[in-house]
Amino acid sequence: MLHRYDVIVVGAGGAGLMAALYASQGAKTAVISKLYPTRSHTGTAQGGIGAALGNLEEDHPEWHIFDTIKGSDYLADQDAVKVLCEEAVDTVYELEHMGLPFDRTPDGRIAQRPFGGHTNNVTKKPVRRACHAADRTGHMILQTVYQQCIKNHVTFFDEYQVMDLLVNDQGQTAGVVALHIDSGELHTFHAKSTVFATGGFGRIWKITSNAYALTGDGPAVAFRRGVPIQDMEFFQFHPTGIKGLGILITEGVRGEGGVLINGQGERFMPKYAPTVKDLASRDVVSRAIYLEIREGRGINGQDYVYLDVRPETVNRYSDEDGVKNLDGTPRHITAADIEKKLPDIADFCRTYLGVDPVKQPMPIQPTAHYAMGGIPTDVKAQVVIDSVNTPLPGFYAAGECACVSVHGANRLGTNSLVDILVFGRRAGQHAAAFAAATDWPALPSEPEARVRAELEGIRYSAGIESAADIRRDMRNLMMDNVGVYRTAELLTDAVARLRALKERFKRIAIMDKGQRWNTELLEAWELGCLLDLAEVTATVAGERQESRGAHFREDYPERDDTHWLKHSLAWIQPDGSIRLGYKPVTLGLYQPAKRTY
Amino acid sequence: MKVKIKIRRFNPEKDRKPYWAEYTVDAEPADRVLDVLVQIKGYQDGSLTFRRSCAHGICGSDALVINGRNRLACKVLVRDVGKDIVVEPLRGLPVIKDLTVDMEPFFRKYRSILPFLINDEPPPHIERLQTIEARARFDETTKCILCAACTTSCPSFWANDSYVGPAAIVQAHRFIFDDRDQGAQVRLALLAESDGVWRCRTIYNCVEACPREIDITRAIGEVKKAILTGDVD
Repeated sequence: MLHRYDVIVVGAGGAGLMAALYASQGAKTAVISKLYPTRSHTGTAQGGIGAALGNLEEDHPEWHIFDTIKGSDYLADQDAVKVLCEEAVDTVYELEHMGLPFDRTPDGRIAQRPFGGHTNNVTKKPVRRACHAADRTGHMILQTVYQQCIKNHVTFFDEYQVMDLLVNDQGQTAGVVALHIDSGELHTFHAKSTVFATGGFGRIWKITSNAYALTGDGPAVAFRRGVPIQDMEFFQFHPTGIKGLGILITEGVRGEGGVLINGQGERFMPKYAPTVKDLASRDVVSRAIYLEIREGRGINGQDYVYLDVRPETVNRYSDEDGVKNLDGTPRHITAADIEKKLPDIADFCRTYLGVDPVKQPMPIQPTAHYAMGGIPTDVKAQVVIDSVNTPLPGFYAAGECACVSVHGANRLGTNSLVDILVFGRRAGQHAAAFAAATDWPALPSEPEARVRAELEGIRYSAGIESAADIRRDMRNLMMDNVGVYRTAELLTDAVARLRALKERFKRIAIMDKGQRWNTELLEAWELGCLLDLAEVTATVAGERQESRGAHFREDYPERDDTHWLKHSLAWIQPDGSIRLGYKPVTLGLYQPAKRTY
Repeated sequence: MKVKIKIRRFNPEKDRKPYWAEYTVDAEPADRVLDVLVQIKGYQDGSLTFRRSCAHGICGSDALVINGRNRLACKVLVRDVGKDIVVEPLRGLPVIKDLTVDMEPFFRKYRSILPFLINDEPPPHIERLQTIEARARFDETTKCILCAACTTSCPSFWANDSYVGPAAIVQAHRFIFDDRDQGAQVRLALLAESDGVWRCRTIYNCVEACPREIDITRAIGEVKKAILTGDVD
């Protein structure tokens, strides 16, 4: 079936919904999502959205800009960071005007809490910048922006999975091909502008905070159509995932005074980050946890540590650090405060661990959380396809699937929510403006042929390999070889073994040959996306001979600005091999400096 | 440990009516029921069909009837339900395939209560102010994840599927008692109609079903009272 829209938005998380909300004001727009919009992964964000409102203490967008650049280990493009942090303020007010139920200060303003890497640039101490709705800020953002889409009659194609990006002979994007999950039929969406907002791909690792749906469909589809992927070696491991499960425990726990404790009962972060301690940036904290574990100081010598938010612990260390409330009294918390400020965290711990965080410390370990890399874009969210930022006309990307780059080598907590809204809005505005100024791009002949061949290849494969086995092997391999600590040996081995997995993938067999709701077929196709992205990740990580942000090479433990202050780009070649290139980082505000917390 | 799990299955391309299939799975007591379903799909029968995404009780995809009760498969552990598990699709919505039901009727009801802030006054250049107490007034109903566990546990909904249902009323409550919203009277009028709140017979199934521990019957009671008094304070 053929549909025509000025603007097609793929993905209905925060970035996609924001893009759709804005695009639909000036162009005929539809959103295509493989999930019902309210199921999107934005909803699992917890602790807050960063904006220098200064509601509780002095703060400035300039400080937010500096913190983000420093947090990125100087790999972020500074013009993009400026856009992010300056527009963050209006974005948060816009959310409030849309009805988002932020928590409030005693004088009725939006409440804010401290978060890792966000500081008062003068005192260097943590600053209250994360605007929050308890520990379900992402849930409230997703619901609120979706509500506005309902109010504004945005058109949705729910439970349609996009499987190809159409690029015509003139080099223009012409829309997408999607599978209607219920009927199994393919639909072609002819569009002047296409916005990808498909989210991340943390499912390539074994321990992850990411939803099943986060299989990198957008970046993989674009990559296969010749678009490069940028900075794939930088994937964030969040320090505090629930042991074994990877479920996220917000940094807001440490923002409220929680501390990390090793097997010797020692609060270890002051050794690694003497000034901000447990509120250092995520790459620093995750590495510290791994070092403690490696040196035998995990709990009972095992591969996890404790996150302790029991009132007696919090109050003891608050007193030691001299942490004060705004009125100058010592910061002391009670069990009731934890229930009120962190209700979902308390619920997760009780449900999945049988641990009551008010009475017991929580066992945690780092969890694969966020892709700093993705589809390269400029600050208009327009996709750019080479080292001199040549745009691919009509193609836009925003949110985790994109790389502007505002997060560089390491994202600060709260900045992903800023990113999806600021650049989702820009993507919608620019996609609609482009559509208004352009004629219909020619639709390639037989637009569905490629997807049909891919799906039929899986459905009627005569192979014997199991997708579940390949998926498990990939996730274990990525955890062991392409995790927080990396070496040339581990990465070379990973690339070889990923290629072997890709060979096995060509021979997979599925049991369900049907058309309707064939999720076995879809999961197998998604595994193909994950394998492509895993191979790129291991390959570019092997090339980068330095340590920067989330990419830590034991064989090259220092940052090397002389050779490596640059973004990586990876393209797929016709024979399936990967070609690498680089492009410069946009500086202009701050020169790279040594990074300590 | 070995777990025996019975699943209500139906393939619209093959089966004339639903049937029970039984599987034996090696599981840990701390595994989620969702993990058991994923294991069956991966290693025993790839055609087993169900929705899932976040796997920790936030996205609302995997509400099912598990051992007779509406729960999220990702939020109930094997140790909570024991070695004999029975899984069925939600009741009251048309089954599409296996554990997947048609959610459209549910979302239509959600959209019918005008689930968005209504306030046409130009906003200030900063945030609208709201007191901590006013914000607390509707805190609980903002937790709803639209999983449909409540609505599909409600005998009044089973008896009459034109009833708007508890989830939609929870979503309406979230706006009716938000002092920034000016649409309360419109929503109260909608909910005062014959398919609105008066179909609630305070059976409390919804409260027991809610994975977010929202006191839904109380929220519905507050909406009923507001309809009667015309007062939302």
